[in-house]
Amino acid sequence: MSNAATTTGRAPSVYVPSADALGTVLAPGTRPPRPSALSASLTFGWRALLKIKHVPEQLFDVTAFPIIMVLMFTYLFGGALADSPRDYLQFFLPGIMVTSVVMITMYTGVGLNTDIEKGVFDRFRTLPVWRPAALVGMIIGDVLRYILAALVILGVGLVLGFRPGGGLPGVLAGIGLLVVFSFAFSWVWTFFGLVLRSEKSVMGVSMMVLFPLTFLSNVFVEPGTMPGWLQAFVKVNPVTQLVASVRAVMSGASDPSSTMWTLVWSAGFVVVFGVLTMYRYNRR
Amino acid sequence: MSRRTTGLAIEAEGLIRSFGATRALAGIDLQVPAGTVYGLLGPNGAGKTTAVRVLATLLRPDGGRARVFGHDVVEEADAVRARVSLTGQYASVDEDLTGTENLVLLGRLLGLKRSAARERAEALLAAFGLTEAGDRQVKKYSGGMRRRIDIAASILNTPDLLFLDEPTTGLDPRSRNQVWEIVRAVVAHGTTVLLTTQYLDEADQLAGRIAVVDHGRVIAEGTPGELKASVGSGTVHLRLRDPGHRPAAERLLQAALGVPVQLEPDPVALTARVGGDGGDLDASEQAARALSDLARAGIAVDNFSLGQPSLDEVFLALTDHPAVSTDERDDQLEAAR
Repeated sequence: MSNAATTTGRAPSVYVPSADALGTVLAPGTRPPRPSALSASLTFGWRALLKIKHVPEQLFDVTAFPIIMVLMFTYLFGGALADSPRDYLQFFLPGIMVTSVVMITMYTGVGLNTDIEKGVFDRFRTLPVWRPAALVGMIIGDVLRYILAALVILGVGLVLGFRPGGGLPGVLAGIGLLVVFSFAFSWVWTFFGLVLRSEKSVMGVSMMVLFPLTFLSNVFVEPGTMPGWLQAFVKVNPVTQLVASVRAVMSGASDPSSTMWTLVWSAGFVVVFGVLTMYRYNRR
Repeated sequence: MSRRTTGLAIEAEGLIRSFGATRALAGIDLQVPAGTVYGLLGPNGAGKTTAVRVLATLLRPDGGRARVFGHDVVEEADAVRARVSLTGQYASVDEDLTGTENLVLLGRLLGLKRSAARERAEALLAAFGLTEAGDRQVKKYSGGMRRRIDIAASILNTPDLLFLDEPTTGLDPRSRNQVWEIVRAVVAHGTTVLLTTQYLDEADQLAGRIAVVDHGRVIAEGTPGELKASVGSGTVHLRLRDPGHRPAAERLLQAALGVPVQLEPDPVALTARVGGDGGDLDASEQAARALSDLARAGIAVDNFSLGQPSLDEVFLALTDHPAVSTDERDDQLEAAR
C-alpha cells in the first residue's frame, strides 16, 4: 500500500498536452442513442461491483456481521427458549437471516450519502440517462450483497444443524422473498441518504428505525407471550410478515396471507419512498 | 459539425437562487456566444458555482430563466444535458474506480457499446497522458492527473458546452498550464467553455469575454482588454532602500504617473496603478519613466515590479470593496444544501 503512486521508480514523464493528440479525441463523432433504462441501471450496477472489487473490506458487514449474529443469538437464547440451540435454530434461522439482511439495507443510505459528498453524483445527474438509473443500479449492487449475506447465514445455519423442511426450493424461495423485500426497503434509505446531511445522521436514523423493527417482531420469540399492545405492533410490523412467510416456505409449508402482506409492503415501499427519493434527487 | 450552434450558447436572464437566508444569485444576466471561452470571475462565495449548477441543470433557479442552446434549463433539462458536460470543483469521477473504469462507465452511460466505450477510454487516456495510470484508482492520482481525468470524462461525448468550475484551483503552475492548453484545444474544436475562476490572469489567458461576479450579480462584463482598461492595466510595486526617501518617491511617482500613490504598511513600499484610461503612454512606458525619475533624484530602488492588476485590485476598482473570500458564506451555502 504505497500512497506515492505517482512515483513509479522511474523519473515521472511530464505530460505535455499535444494539440494533435487532443484533436483526435475532440473530433465530434456521431452521438450514440441514449441507453435504455435497463442498460443504464445495469451499468450503474456494474459500478457497484467495481467498488466491491476495489474496496473488498465493505463486504465485512455482509459476512462477519451475520455470522456473529447467528452464533450469538443461537447460543444465547437457544437453551432458554427451546430445548437446545439446535432445536431453537430450526425456528430462529429464517428470522435471524431476515434481521441481518434488513439491517444491512441501511448501508444503501450511508453509501449514497458518501457518494453525494464526494461530488461524483453531480456528474451522474448531468447525464442524459433515465433518472432513477444511478439509484436503481446502486441498489442492484446492494442486492448482490443481500444474497451473499443470506447465503453466508444459510451456510452457518446448516453447519450448526439447521435442517429446512422445504429443501432447496423452499430455501431459495425464502431467500427470494427476503431479497424482494430488501430491494424495496432500500428505497427508504436512499430517501434518508438524500435528505440527511451526514453519514453519521443516516446511521443514527437507520438504527432508530431498524432496532424496533427487527426486535419487536416474531424473529426471536413467538409473539403470544407479549403484552397486547406490543402484539398489536408486532402484528402490523412488515418484518413480522416477512419472517412468517420466509419461515413457512423454508419449512416446506406456505403462508399466503403473510406472503401477500410482504409483497404489499414491498410494493408500498418502492412506490412511496421511490417517488420521494426521486423527488429529492431531482431537487437537490 | 452541424450540431454546433452559432449564436448564443447560454442566455440567462435575472437568475435568482437562495439557500435559506443567503441569496447566492441575485439576478444574474449572461449572454455567452457559442464557440468561445467565457470567464466568470469572482471570489469564493460570489455565486459562480451556483450559477454553473443552475446552468448545468443541477439546481433549479428560484427566479429568472436560462436557456442553453435555446433549451430551457428547467423545462427541457434532458435536452440541455445531452449537450453539456460539467467538471466540478470537487472530483467528479469515482475515486474508488480506476481511470479506465471511470471512462468506460461514462461511455456506457452515454450509449456506447462495450467495445466502443473501451476504445474511447483508451484514446482519451492516451491524449491526456494517462495511459500508464489507466489501471490505477483515481484516489491515487496527483492533483494534476485528477483534473485531467476529470476533463477527459467531461469531453467523452464531445459536448457542445463544457462547464469548468475553477479548473486550476489548487494546482501547481505546470499542471495549470497543462489545463490551459487543454482548454484551448477544446475550444478550438468548437466546444463552448464556461470557465469560473478566481484569477484574473487565468480569465485573461483563456477567455474571450469575462463577467465579473460579486454577491450573486454581474458587476462588469466585457473583453479582458475592456475590463483592464477600466481598472488600469497594471500596478507598479516599488521597494526603496531607505524608508526616509518615501515621501520624495511618492511625490515623484505621483508627478510621473498622474495617479494617486498608495503607501503600503511596509515603510519602504509603494504601489501605484498605471496605464489607466486617458494616458497616451502604455503601462510599461509610464513605469520606465517613473523609474528613471527616481534614479535621477538619487532614490535607490531595491525592488521594482510591474504586474497585472490582481483580482483584488479589479474588485476594488469595480466595487469599492476588496474581493473578500467569503469562506464562511460558502460553508453556509454548503450547509443549506
